[in-house]
Amino acid sequence: MELEIVNNFVWPQREALGSQEEYVRQLNAKWFLLILGLSAFLTLSACGKKKAPPPPPPAPPPPAPTASISVNPSSIQSGQSASLTWQTSNATDVSIDGIGAVQPNGSQSVSPTDSTTYHLVAKGAGGTQEATARLTVTAPPPPPPPPTPTVTDEDLFGQNIKDVYFDYDKSDIRADQQSSIQANVQFLSQHPNVNFTIEGHCDERGSTEYNLALGDQRANSVKNALTAAGISPSRIKTISYGKEKPFCNESNEACWQQNRRGHFVYQK
Amino acid sequence: MDDAARSIIRRKTRNIHPTALALILFCFCSFAGSTSFGQDWVKTGTGLGVEKVRLAVPDFKASTSDAQNTALVKTFNDTLWNDLDVSGVVELVSKSFYPLQVPGQPPEINYLAWNAPPPNAAMLAFGNLGVASGKLTVQAWLYDVKNLQSPPVLAKQYSDTASDAAARMVAHKFADEIIFRLGGGIQGIAETQVYFSSDRSGHKEIWAMDYDGSNQHQLTHLSSIALAPRISPDGSRIAFSALTKTGWEIMMYSLDLNRLVNFPHFGGTNLSPAWSADGLRLALSSSRSGEPEIYVADASGGNLRRMTTDKGPDVSPTWNRKTNGQIAFVSGRTGLPQIYTMEADGTNQQRMTDQGYAVSPNWSPNGQFLVFAWVRKYGPGEPGASDLYLMDTASKQWVQLTHDGGRNDFPSWSPDGRHIVFQSNRSGTLQIWSMLADGTKVQQLTFTGHNEGPNWSWK
Repeated sequence: MELEIVNNFVWPQREALGSQEEYVRQLNAKWFLLILGLSAFLTLSACGKKKAPPPPPPAPPPPAPTASISVNPSSIQSGQSASLTWQTSNATDVSIDGIGAVQPNGSQSVSPTDSTTYHLVAKGAGGTQEATARLTVTAPPPPPPPPTPTVTDEDLFGQNIKDVYFDYDKSDIRADQQSSIQANVQFLSQHPNVNFTIEGHCDERGSTEYNLALGDQRANSVKNALTAAGISPSRIKTISYGKEKPFCNESNEACWQQNRRGHFVYQK
Repeated sequence: MDDAARSIIRRKTRNIHPTALALILFCFCSFAGSTSFGQDWVKTGTGLGVEKVRLAVPDFKASTSDAQNTALVKTFNDTLWNDLDVSGVVELVSKSFYPLQVPGQPPEINYLAWNAPPPNAAMLAFGNLGVASGKLTVQAWLYDVKNLQSPPVLAKQYSDTASDAAARMVAHKFADEIIFRLGGGIQGIAETQVYFSSDRSGHKEIWAMDYDGSNQHQLTHLSSIALAPRISPDGSRIAFSALTKTGWEIMMYSLDLNRLVNFPHFGGTNLSPAWSADGLRLALSSSRSGEPEIYVADASGGNLRRMTTDKGPDVSPTWNRKTNGQIAFVSGRTGLPQIYTMEADGTNQQRMTDQGYAVSPNWSPNGQFLVFAWVRKYGPGEPGASDLYLMDTASKQWVQLTHDGGRNDFPSWSPDGRHIVFQSNRSGTLQIWSMLADGTKVQQLTFTGHNEGPNWSWK
């Protein structure tokens, strides 16, 4: 309260201007004399009862507080956060608008939704110091366009790998299927982490058991063609389905050809 | 087949027991080669003039008044009649010729009413059955009605807990007794089983049924694909091939324990296990070394030995059940699959079929014949169906057993050598059928789902 009185006392002095200046000086002098007299009276009346102590050394004026505040980064997007850091000295009461009382020195993470000016007030015996830091919040960028679905190895496998077709009762790679083998070798060389199964399939004619054996040979025939071209055999599994899992169920050559194949399956 | 071929078979078969000859080879069939008779076939062969015993089998009578009698009497009579009818050993006298009064016991027989025309029966099987206090009792006789001095041939009494299954089993036992007496001393098959693969549960699992198609029940529950069961000679275990996480492996099911028992995984594709006649070894096809080849292992799966080394798939071995010393199998080493034979140690490999697409051999119990599926004329413009053929292994002469269209495959002999069970899609879906080894008495045994790969028990 004392501080405020002093301040209030000072303000009129500052505001005295022009022709009123003399009057104010006189007024101040009157006030000054009044206070001085009162003080002397009090002092003398006290001294009248005791031996007056040696006058205390004049107290040095209390040092003025210092304050600084900064925010890093000074600009964020909505939803992001920034680090607010402040230092004060000689302050007993430190507060930041919107946050409240804080330690004299500290830092805090803030994530306002709008641009904010952090106003620090440090009060100490030596006065009050203020500091501000402004954090600019920008609107978030427009939501990215729906992400193009991530293309996985499995998708690429399905798009690029070609099944290999066989003649009736045959397990050797037909001349017109060599291009499929080469395309598969190229893809598999470029995607060395892809493991896969080759299924041997047969058409419905003939015995279950012979077709399972034939399907086994077809699967191995495709595998051998790939390994001969440098694909590691450790990436390849083979299985025969014979005529147990046909792709097509009609009894005609077009359908049978669909079923006589080495079918590639991506291995997860 | 030309006449020269037939005479070779006649000469050949003259060396074996005459009754066996009559039973197993009592007829050969021949295709009329001319296109104008493309759908006709003419039955010729040996033993056609031999008359079979005329047997009359009047319905058994109920001997008590229990409520269960009606159903059990019907089951018994139907089962007995069917067993005798499909046996091929006797000629059943049509019931329309029977006198009004039929016997339930020996004193009731009117011999003249049976041994003279119209029934003109040589033998009469009759009897009675009844339920008393939950127990089924069957009295059954076989009488030689033309031998008035000493007519009784058989007198049997059976008793069991009253049930439909018991009535069927007693009928099977009595039928086998009759067939044993009238069929030259060869055991009947009425108590035998057929194992097969069925998808009626949603997956192909191993199933079992009585030889006549009754009592069908599921054995395995693998929810995968289980194919081509083969029952061990002692009837205790079934070897089959199934798709596992690591591929096709041989699996073993114990009928004593009613569960799978351990069998080693060999790696690669493992198919078509086949028991040796002594039950000590299994032949099978395995691609563990690359190509599907024939291997022989101990019945435990140990001591696996490779028998073939050629290129092309080798699969579907079957042992010579008589000598236990040879194995027939299918090989694609020259292109389309053909039937081959070899010694059980892999030596002396010989090709048996000369053309077409020949698979699924099964060796007859007497060791003389192979039955297999053959598309004889495969090729463009030759849509040829897959039919069953019988081949004399010594002469390589063959006869065609099925002619009725559809794909017929996977034949398996009955233990008496008189019957063959097989799969056929002639009815529109793949089902199990049986027939006499001459191609007659064709019967459909399964009707639900798809059924394949039948295998007849050894006893």
